Amino acid sequence: MVAFEKEGRTVDYLKAFLVGGTICAIAQIIYDNTKLTPAHILVAFTVVGAILGGLGIYESLAQFAGAGAIIPVSGFGNAIVTGMMSEIKRLGWEGLFTGAFEITGLGVTTAVVFGSLMAVLFRPKD
Amino acid sequence: MDKAQQDQNAKYQQMVKEATPKPEHRKNIVLAFLTGGIICTIGQAVFNLFSKIEPTRMETTGTTQATMIALGAIATGLGFYDWLAEHGGMGAAIPITGFSNTVTAAAMEFKREGYILGMGAKMFVVAGPVLVYGILSSFIISFFWAVLTGTLL
Amino acid sequence: MTQKRQGLQTISFDQSPRIISSATIAGPKEASSNLGSYIDRLVTDSMVGEQTPEKAERKLLYQACQDALAKTKLTEKDIHLFIGGDLLNQIISSSYSARDLGIPFLGIYGACSSIVEGLGIGALIVDGSYANAVLVATSSHYQASERQFRYPIELNIQHKSSNQWTVTGAAAAVVSNQGEGPRITKATFGRVLDYGIKSPNDMGAAMAPAAADTLCRHFQDTNTSPGDYDLILTGDLGSIGQKLFVRLVKEAGHTLGTKHMDVGAYIYKPEQGAGAGGSGCACSALGILGYVIKEMYQGRYHRILAIATGALFSPVSYQQGDSIAGIAHGIVIEG
Repeated sequence: MVAFEKEGRTVDYLKAFLVGGTICAIAQIIYDNTKLTPAHILVAFTVVGAILGGLGIYESLAQFAGAGAIIPVSGFGNAIVTGMMSEIKRLGWEGLFTGAFEITGLGVTTAVVFGSLMAVLFRPKD
Repeated sequence: MDKAQQDQNAKYQQMVKEATPKPEHRKNIVLAFLTGGIICTIGQAVFNLFSKIEPTRMETTGTTQATMIALGAIATGLGFYDWLAEHGGMGAAIPITGFSNTVTAAAMEFKREGYILGMGAKMFVVAGPVLVYGILSSFIISFFWAVLTGTLL
Repeated sequence: MTQKRQGLQTISFDQSPRIISSATIAGPKEASSNLGSYIDRLVTDSMVGEQTPEKAERKLLYQACQDALAKTKLTEKDIHLFIGGDLLNQIISSSYSARDLGIPFLGIYGACSSIVEGLGIGALIVDGSYANAVLVATSSHYQASERQFRYPIELNIQHKSSNQWTVTGAAAAVVSNQGEGPRITKATFGRVLDYGIKSPNDMGAAMAPAAADTLCRHFQDTNTSPGDYDLILTGDLGSIGQKLFVRLVKEAGHTLGTKHMDVGAYIYKPEQGAGAGGSGCACSALGILGYVIKEMYQGRYHRILAIATGALFSPVSYQQGDSIAGIAHGIVIEG
């Protein structure tokens, strides 16, 4: 684990804005110029994030851009692979099967809980 | 399909292409950039907040993503997120809040067919593929990483 | 016996079945649209107090049927047949309305072309004296169609410029051989044409060839030209499909000019954010039974040709890679 920067600086916000915005702008270019649906693009970005994560490249981007790399769905793919690799280090083969939700479990559970809550409280509008 | 039909279809598809207005590329890209950038900036604020509490970067990442997912779900419930996506495009879809939106939107929509076979069964109708392919690709990558680096030998 | 068939695909009605009453109902977005003032009954809540959009659509359809009946002296018992169609799986809006109406029911599916298919079949039956009065109705609902054909409503989708907005509403008409009203004089039932359009975002493009084919066939069968009609109305081609339609018709040698109007392209105002325009069974139905009939009573139109178009596909068929076929039916209304 690389040294963990605990203080928030203005430049962090700027980097998050620029990198996060750029990732979304690339996705928009793909959406406008192909027949791919948003679901296809979400999957593609997740997979690319996981691959770059496995190669150790995405973590460098996250070190630089912070939330700009963590918040796009590619960061979610990276979080799956990072969790998996860290669990493999800890548990061996078992980690390959338990690691996917090591980091992302928190988010997936939040999505289920809040998604259900919203579904109970609200209904779709035109 | 015979040759004449294929030619006719190709010719017609060219006509359709000409008749369809081009997307407003520049405007769409700028709006996606701004929307995505702003969501990530909010994410950075959350990240900074949690970095003061959480012991490791990995855990901060998890809690930041989870908090943004919760915010995305609330924005969806209030009917704000589909408006944001209509203008921000991929700027709203690509951040983790967009992933959360797909779960919440499906839950809200299919609740009408009951909590088990509707909401429960179809909540991940769009988010499911993201999880499935995220996990499959991670599994393959991690496997090779583990074998090649000797972690598992 | 007089010759009831004309040319290859056209039928000529000699007993002149009449549209003796018509009723339209629609939601709030349609209320503020260009057709708003032509719609009889406007509801402020597109869910009309129901829990689901499917139930809401059914309620709209049933209400339109009741309103159409109320404008005549007829009751359910005097109506020999109810012909209904809609977009939902197994045409549930029509069949459940038929259950509540208690009239013998013929369910039809021609996607968004259903209203003209229904009026055409109704005219056939009345012209053949197999019924004195027939009720024809179709409906569609934005939310119900979105969830069936596309995505959950609140999903983060940025619509493409070619997307069309399903009209929320319903329309009904009573076709009878007794009474007053505009006459249905001809019907041209169309062929299914497929030019290989695969994206459900390009429905107007998928339907335009069928519309052009039916129109040209009608001109040929009846030996008429655009000049013989006050208005040539198409259902829901939208702004892109309309352009393609006009071009295809021109290639076949007919110039439509200002005679042509597409309900889908016309209905919504640009600021209403409906992409390429309206669509759905209610779109052409509101155009024909709302706009056209009212303008006919005002004396603006005397002879119109209405062509309603439908895109024939299902979510399963396009996910399996099948292209989207189009169909178009035309009727001539004279008043």
